[in-house]
Amino acid sequence: MTTFVELLIGGLSTGSVYALIALGFVVIFKATEVVNFAHASLLLAGGYVAARLSGHIGFWPALAVGIAGAATVGALVEFLVIRRYRGGEHSVLAIATIGVDIVLLTEFTRLIGTDVLTLGDPWGDAVLTFGSVTVPQTRIAALAAAALLITAFLLAFRYTSWGVAMRAAAENREAAALMGVRLGRVSLSAWAVAGALAAVAALFLTVFPTPGLERSTSFAAFKAFPAAIIGGLDSTAGALAGGLIVGVTEAMATGYQAELSFLGRGLGDVAPYLVMLLVLLARPAGLFGTRELTRV
Amino acid sequence: MTAASLRVEGVTAGYGPVRALVDVSVDVPDGAVVAVLGGNGAGKSTLLRAVSRTLAFHGGALRGGSVSFGGRRLDGLAAAELVAAGVVQVPEGRQVFARMTVADNLRAGALGARGGARGRARGGERDRAWGGARARAHRRAAALARVHGLFPVLRQRAQQRAGLLSGGEQQMLALGRALMAEPRLLLLDEPTLGLAPMAAARIADTIREINAQGTSVLLVEQNAAVALKLASSAYVLETGRVALAGPAAELAVSDEVRRRYLGVVDETAAQDAESVSTSLPRLGRWPA
Repeated sequence: MTTFVELLIGGLSTGSVYALIALGFVVIFKATEVVNFAHASLLLAGGYVAARLSGHIGFWPALAVGIAGAATVGALVEFLVIRRYRGGEHSVLAIATIGVDIVLLTEFTRLIGTDVLTLGDPWGDAVLTFGSVTVPQTRIAALAAAALLITAFLLAFRYTSWGVAMRAAAENREAAALMGVRLGRVSLSAWAVAGALAAVAALFLTVFPTPGLERSTSFAAFKAFPAAIIGGLDSTAGALAGGLIVGVTEAMATGYQAELSFLGRGLGDVAPYLVMLLVLLARPAGLFGTRELTRV
Repeated sequence: MTAASLRVEGVTAGYGPVRALVDVSVDVPDGAVVAVLGGNGAGKSTLLRAVSRTLAFHGGALRGGSVSFGGRRLDGLAAAELVAAGVVQVPEGRQVFARMTVADNLRAGALGARGGARGRARGGERDRAWGGARARAHRRAAALARVHGLFPVLRQRAQQRAGLLSGGEQQMLALGRALMAEPRLLLLDEPTLGLAPMAAARIADTIREINAQGTSVLLVEQNAAVALKLASSAYVLETGRVALAGPAAELAVSDEVRRRYLGVVDETAAQDAESVSTSLPRLGRWPA
């Protein structure tokens, strides 16, 4: 039972971090209808900037600069690449983001090399103990930060003018433009927000129990793909649900690996994708996604 | 006098190799309702898109001519900037934001008007004196009250999803959403399309009322009977060119318009049709 609770908390915590990444992914998809394969490099950009600076200016300022940095990289990708192809095929744009991802990842791989960069976060390897259950503080911090950010985001999405403009543009670009919504700004802000969320996710992917930021940190971003797809690519609530499902599945599959050894090793890495396939078989648009409607 | 009049001069527009409009000129004087009639594919919607700068959304482009409103060139602006200039289009087929609530749809309508607080002469001074945010909120509340006054049903349905409204209510919402930007010129693309006669009549009444409150209207319609009753002058488009133009009352009694768009068959044509139907042998269903 103790193991189960520990795994559940750990899974929810990782899941909430995946949800942050998936949320950015969904925001970009909603605002621009582009599947952003460069999301991993946004995450790495934020993490790298924060890790490099934290030794010089302290953890919190470095984190702030990292978030701003990732938002800037996101905005630049939109401005320099996505905007140039506006009105083009969305599938072409998705492939363009693969190109962006390769360029950025190569550069960050070169910058990071074989180093493992630590962020100098205040939590360290401290743990909290409730009865027999032991949880690292970083996991609790991740859960709290993700819950806070996601709540703030969803409230902004529902109640601010920015949110109304975003939802209007996502639903019908032409009608939104006719209402005076500047599609360029909507798209730019979506990319910036996605970058900022990815930077926060980068923080919690690199703190304890992970040793630090390394070249392979970006692989974690790929876990957000099944999260976004399980939830439905165009649903913010779906990103949240998908992230948690992937996080918990992964934690459980890894934690109970011994009992599941007949399935072979490394089940934790595969399980999210298995869940994704099962969900897609039952609901092709994801749990909360809009089913494709064809007007006749 | 020229303060809020639309001038479309010699506009040529098309989609790829297809020319949809050729050298079309249309005038909408300040405070007028002007109708553009024509069948499917005559270029009516293209004309509105050329004015509202939305041709690019349909793979089209303006190839020549100019569009100006109140002396200011509109061709060259982005679609979103037009709203601040005082020109708002209600798109064809309503296109309300179906997944958003009625209230949020109306909020979306007011998004573009915010730049207008600076850009427009009317009320500009007062807004600055009040401070931007408060003035904006005040204007939005006033616009919302006006829309609710015109369409009380939108107040009752405020928290409902727009996609659940009936066709007539969606058209009211589309009109209300456009009015939230406080336009000086309203572009309407087939506002009565697909509506029951009662609902169409209500929309027509509302358009008259909106116009009486000081908004000019450029109305594109297939339903010539409705359009010619509303409008003071009208244009008839045919394969991308202006075929007829003049005061609406004159067009309404012209034989050509009556025959083509009002469904009125003149005597000789009726006789022709009759003689054809009698001279042809009636076919049985299946010659068994």
